[in-house]
Amino acid sequence: MNASARPGSAACPGCIATPAEPARPIPQDVQVALSLPGIHCQACISTVERALNACSGVHSARVNLTLKRALVQAGPEVRAADLIPVLEGAGFEAHELDPGALSATSNDRAGRDLLMRLAVAGFASMNVMLLSVSVWSGATDATRDMFHWISAAIALPAIAFSARPFFENAWSALRVRRLNMDVPIVLAILLALVTSLWETSLSGEHAYFDAALALTFFLLAGRYLDYRTRAAARSAAEELAALEVPRAIRLQDGSEREVAIADLAVGDLLLVRPGGRMPVDGEIVEGRSELDRSLLTGETLPVFAEPGQTVSAGEVNLTGPLTIRACAVGQDTSLHRMADLVAIAESGRSRYTSLADSAAKLYAPGVHILSALSFLGWLLYSGDLRTALNIAAAVLIITCPCALGLAVPAVTTAASGRLFRSGMLIKQATALERLAQVDTVVFDKTGTLTSGTPQLTNLAAHDRADLEVALALAEASAHPLSVALARAAREAGIRPARVTDITEVPGYGTKGQWQGQEARLGRAGWTGADQGDVTAAWLSIGGGAPTGFFYADALRPGAAEAVAGLQAAGKRVLLISGDTTGAVRGLGERLGITEWIAEALPRDKAHRVQALSDAGAKVLMVGDGLNDTAALAAAHVSISPASALDAARVASDIVLLGSDLSPIAEACGIARKATRRIRENFQIATVYNVIAVPLAVAGLATPLIAALAMSASSITVSLNALRLR
Amino acid sequence: MEVLSILIPISLFLGAVGLVGFLYTVRSNQYEDPEGDARRILSDEWDDRPKP
Repeated sequence: MNASARPGSAACPGCIATPAEPARPIPQDVQVALSLPGIHCQACISTVERALNACSGVHSARVNLTLKRALVQAGPEVRAADLIPVLEGAGFEAHELDPGALSATSNDRAGRDLLMRLAVAGFASMNVMLLSVSVWSGATDATRDMFHWISAAIALPAIAFSARPFFENAWSALRVRRLNMDVPIVLAILLALVTSLWETSLSGEHAYFDAALALTFFLLAGRYLDYRTRAAARSAAEELAALEVPRAIRLQDGSEREVAIADLAVGDLLLVRPGGRMPVDGEIVEGRSELDRSLLTGETLPVFAEPGQTVSAGEVNLTGPLTIRACAVGQDTSLHRMADLVAIAESGRSRYTSLADSAAKLYAPGVHILSALSFLGWLLYSGDLRTALNIAAAVLIITCPCALGLAVPAVTTAASGRLFRSGMLIKQATALERLAQVDTVVFDKTGTLTSGTPQLTNLAAHDRADLEVALALAEASAHPLSVALARAAREAGIRPARVTDITEVPGYGTKGQWQGQEARLGRAGWTGADQGDVTAAWLSIGGGAPTGFFYADALRPGAAEAVAGLQAAGKRVLLISGDTTGAVRGLGERLGITEWIAEALPRDKAHRVQALSDAGAKVLMVGDGLNDTAALAAAHVSISPASALDAARVASDIVLLGSDLSPIAEACGIARKATRRIRENFQIATVYNVIAVPLAVAGLATPLIAALAMSASSITVSLNALRLR
Repeated sequence: MEVLSILIPISLFLGAVGLVGFLYTVRSNQYEDPEGDARRILSDEWDDRPKP
């Protein structure tokens, strides 16, 4: 029933580490995955499941409310395109998801694995802690020894199982002769176990089993939080990728067949319907139309397309059906070649060291030296190996980065949860810290600050008769300019004139007969007008002088607020676009951006961002198009809207889930606050160390003091992080 | 002090039962859709008989 039906269980928890099962791939029999952004209650679940199960061919459907998805098992004849209207009829917005791209498998297994280790460590540390309490409160002699032995019997297997991630990480770092945060952790755990065992066998007073377990538990909690944040981001990012189901229509022996883009070969003939995106690079063989290149170049003006012209993957076909012959597929398309530019730019960014890493770099050697010194000092002073080892273990345990391990993940979990609620998705672990440093913001124009849909600007300049004819012609076409004209005219209360014999001439416009004259609405050249540098459609009646309908790109909601907010926060805001000078200047004036660059090629954008970085600025790039991809990767940190091309989303650190831009300004504030909390957490952890370490070095630390210092610092750090919410 | 020889095994056993129970819930995917499961109980669709 459940799409993620439970696999056969392994006998012992330890076997999960090396799973024999290929944990939960999306089962083969799930044909269709649907994204349902609108569901929110039990009534929605029942309605959706009932509607889907009533469809013929559907075996079973199950809704996952947390992920807002429905997984459908159905016969091979059922397609998402058939189910979506059913759900829309029931009142739910639905989008098809590519089940292959939703690989819930590997990351989910890792999460479950961590959760089990956390549970085992929690169980063991509670029990050992209870036994320790009786030791601290005065158990002596044989009773104390018995409690210590029981603690050992619980602690040794529990640590062997739950601390395994630390052992593995530490070993992989040591093998290449490096130190990471896990090396002092492992050393502390092992040393604590060894000295405690030794003490216990000699009926000694101090055993640190509880400390070793509590350490493992708190550190695993930090790891798990960290993991959850990333998994949530990754699954949402996967969902975005899965929304673009890569299919194309191939013409074979005179018939049309829908195939996956991966199956296309050079030389295939493909049909691209109006509104469709070019799946590959190719040459137009048949048909006339207009192409929207804004995602690739930033131009808003549609380009005329006719046989013989080359097209690039990613362009959108506007008016007429086109047949194209593929000349580059898959990795060779211009879309993918852009990835090289991205790779070059990204090599610069990987140099960023996170706060946690730089803290670890200071911390790890310091702890080892301190512990080794106290060992040597006590060995020389007392000449007793047992005392010296005990004190070295106490120093390591007390300094162990329990709070440090929680300091960063607790804050990032809280901060990314808050950003997610305002519609932003953090993809990179260090993106928050980098976002906090930003002082310069570069915006792209088309599709980022503007929504990419045209808006009629000069409706009032036309007389009513012209508008009525234009409306009649515009309603016969699905071209974005016609749609915008029709909407504006309808809103102004215009009714269409009686125009007969309306035909759409793909690539040119629409024409019809009005009062015995031919009326044309379309491109400048076709109606006898001059092409200006503003997006326009022209109307000519009976060969008379054409009148122009001019368009501006509609602003994205929240664009003005975002720009104003960033400027108010003292950041320098730039606008770099591939569009014409007139359009860019106009938008700059509307939003109050004084620094703008128009007609920028993709390489220019990346160079400009690089130049800003070289001059010492920390650049935030916000862009959506393919032409922004290199710039997104070159910037210190980058944001792209969910409507962006796949390539742009991959290159950016943060994805805006909604269409609203205003969270950007807020996000910079949250990021700065989060970084401040991280620093505070480091300071808190340090304060605890400064108090407890002298005690440990002086040989005064007892297991009780170690347990108090450790728990208190971990809890303070977590509470401090929660203040962000 | 003889009571310890009974109490300690009992407490460990009860704790272990809890741990095994938790591991069972994790391994049977009961945390897949926490929100949906919390809501499904409010639906009266399968109140009379279980879902086939």
